[in-house]
Amino acid sequence: MGEGGILRFVLRRLAVAIPLLILISFVVFALVKLAPGDPVRILLGSKPATEDTLNAIRERYNLNDPVLVQYGKWIWSVLQGDLGRSIQGNRRISSIIATRMDVTLFLAAMSAAIVLIGGIGLGMLAAFRRNSWVDRAVVMLGVVGISSPAFVIGIFLLYLFGVVLQWFPVYGEGDGFLDRFWHLVLPAFALSFSVMAIIIKITRASMIDEMDKDYVVFARARGIAPSRIVSHYILRNALVPIITAAGLVLVGLVAGSIYVEVTFSLSGFGSLTFEAVEGRNLPLIQATALIFSVIVVVANLLIDIIYVLIDPRIRFGAVAK
Amino acid sequence: MTIALATNDPLARRRRRKPRAPALVLAAASLIAMVAVLAIFAPWFVPHDPGLQDLGKGITGISGEHLAGTDTLGRDIFSRVIFGAATALVGPIIVASAAFAFATMLGLLAGYLGGWVDMLIMRWVDFMFALPGTLIIIIIVGIVGGGYWTAVGVLTFFFIAPDTRIVRSAVLEQRPLPYVDAARTLGLSKTRILFVHILPNVLPVILAYVAIDFAFALVNLAGLSFLGLGVEPGAPDWGRMLSENRTLLFSNPAGLLLPAGMIVVTAVSMNLIGDWLFERLTR
Repeated sequence: MGEGGILRFVLRRLAVAIPLLILISFVVFALVKLAPGDPVRILLGSKPATEDTLNAIRERYNLNDPVLVQYGKWIWSVLQGDLGRSIQGNRRISSIIATRMDVTLFLAAMSAAIVLIGGIGLGMLAAFRRNSWVDRAVVMLGVVGISSPAFVIGIFLLYLFGVVLQWFPVYGEGDGFLDRFWHLVLPAFALSFSVMAIIIKITRASMIDEMDKDYVVFARARGIAPSRIVSHYILRNALVPIITAAGLVLVGLVAGSIYVEVTFSLSGFGSLTFEAVEGRNLPLIQATALIFSVIVVVANLLIDIIYVLIDPRIRFGAVAK
Repeated sequence: MTIALATNDPLARRRRRKPRAPALVLAAASLIAMVAVLAIFAPWFVPHDPGLQDLGKGITGISGEHLAGTDTLGRDIFSRVIFGAATALVGPIIVASAAFAFATMLGLLAGYLGGWVDMLIMRWVDFMFALPGTLIIIIIVGIVGGGYWTAVGVLTFFFIAPDTRIVRSAVLEQRPLPYVDAARTLGLSKTRILFVHILPNVLPVILAYVAIDFAFALVNLAGLSFLGLGVEPGAPDWGRMLSENRTLLFSNPAGLLLPAGMIVVTAVSMNLIGDWLFERLTR
C-alpha cells in the first residue's frame, strides 16, 4: 500500500469526521434549549420587554422556526464566519473571542511544552530506573497528578510560589511577551500537571515494553552505544502509543483551561466560556462550545493521520483490512 | 496424593499465601474510612457550627479556638471542612455505582450479544468520547441549574460511556473461555449465562474501576462546585470553599490549603485503592 492507500485512509477518516462534526454542532446548538424558562426572556438581556423587542428577538434568532431549521440557519451563518452577537453589550462574538484567544493559546503552548518534556522525560527516567525509589516516586507523582484537578494544584502553586516565595505574580496575564510568560508560568504548570501524569504513565509503560524486546538485546549484543539504542531504537518505537495519547493531552488542556483561567483570574477563552455559562449568554455559549468541539474533532483527526504516517506497521498492514 | 505434596512444598505455600496490601494502600483505606466517619458523624466532631457567621470577627488565622482559622464571614473553616466530607463522598459514590450499574448492563449486552446491539451501543460510546465532556457538563449544569444533584446526574451519564467500554472488553475476554461454551452446550439461557456465569467473572474489574471512578467523580464534582455550579451557595463543600476563600490567600491560607489538601488526599487514596484492587483482582 503506497500513497494512494494513505489518501484513501484520510478520505475515509474524513467521511467519519464530517458527520461527527455536524452531529456535535447540533448537540451544541440544542444544548442551550435545555435552559428552563422562555429563551426570549434570556436572549432579551437587559432590554425592555415590549411586544416589539420580543418579536424582534424571535425574528433574529429564528425562534418561530422548528429547531432543525433554526439549526440550519445558525450553522449556515457560522460557516460564513458569523458567530452572532453577545447578549451582553451586543458585541460581535467573533471579535470577543479574538481578543480572548491569545492568552489561552499562549497558556496551552507553554503547558504542552511542559507536558511533553516533563511527561516523556520523567516516564523514561522511571522506565530506566525500574523498581528503584526514583521509579516509585515518579509513579506516585503520576497518581497524585491524576487525582489533582488543575484548580487545586493552582491553589497550591499560588500559595507556595506567589505568597510564600513571591517568585511569581498571583493573578492577571501580563503585557508583552516576557511579562506574559512570567505571569503564565504558574497557570501553565497547574494546567499541565494532571495531563502530564497521563503521559508519564503511558511513556513508562511503553518504554518498559520496548526495552524487553528482542531487537534491544540484539542491538546490545552488536555493541551499539546504549545512548544510541535509546534514541534511535527504543524511543522511536515507544513514541507511537504516546502520540495516540496526544488527543487526550489536547482535550485535557483545552478543558482544563476553563478551571485554570478562573483560578488565576486570566482573561482568556476558557474564562470567557465560563462567563458565558454563568451569565446564560446563549449565543456565546453556542459559539464557544462549537469552537471547543471543532478543536477536539480536528485534533483527533490529525492525530489519527500522523499516527498512520509514523507507524509503517499500520501504514502497510492494518489499514488495508 | 499430589495435592498433599503440593501443600507441603514451601514454595507452593508461599505462592498460596494471600499477598497483603502494601502499607500505602492500608494508609489510603484508613484515610477513606476516616473521611467516611467524619461525613457520617460530622455534628459530633465539629468544634463550631459550620454555618455560624461572626462578621465582627471576620478573617482570622490559625488559633487554638479555630484550628484552621475563619473565613470572611467569620465561619470556622475546620468545622466547614469536616461538614464538607458529606458532599465529597455521597455524590461520587452515587456517580460511580450508578454509572457502573448502567455500564454493566450495556457492556454485558454489547460484549455477549455482539451484532447490531454491540454496534449500536459502541457507536454511542464512540460519540460520547468525541464530545468535549468537561465543557458540556459545565454547560448543562450551568444552564439547567439545580446544583449538586443535577451535577451528580449529568456526571453519571457521562461516566457510563467509558465504563461500558471497560465492561465490554472484560466480557469479550470471558466469551471464548470453555466455561461459557460449556454453559451454552448445557442449554442454559442467555440471561442465565450472562448474569450467573459471566457477570461474577467480570465483577472484579468493575469493582476496581468503581474505586477509580469515585476518585474522578470527586474531582469533577469539586470542580463544578468550585465554579459555583455544584452545591448551593453557603453549603460547606471542599470545592466551593476554594472559590469562596480565594481572598484568604494572603490573610488565612489555611482556609484554602485544608480543603484543597482534602480533595487531593481523598482522590489519591481512592486511586491507590483502585489501582491495587485492579492488580490484586485481575491477575
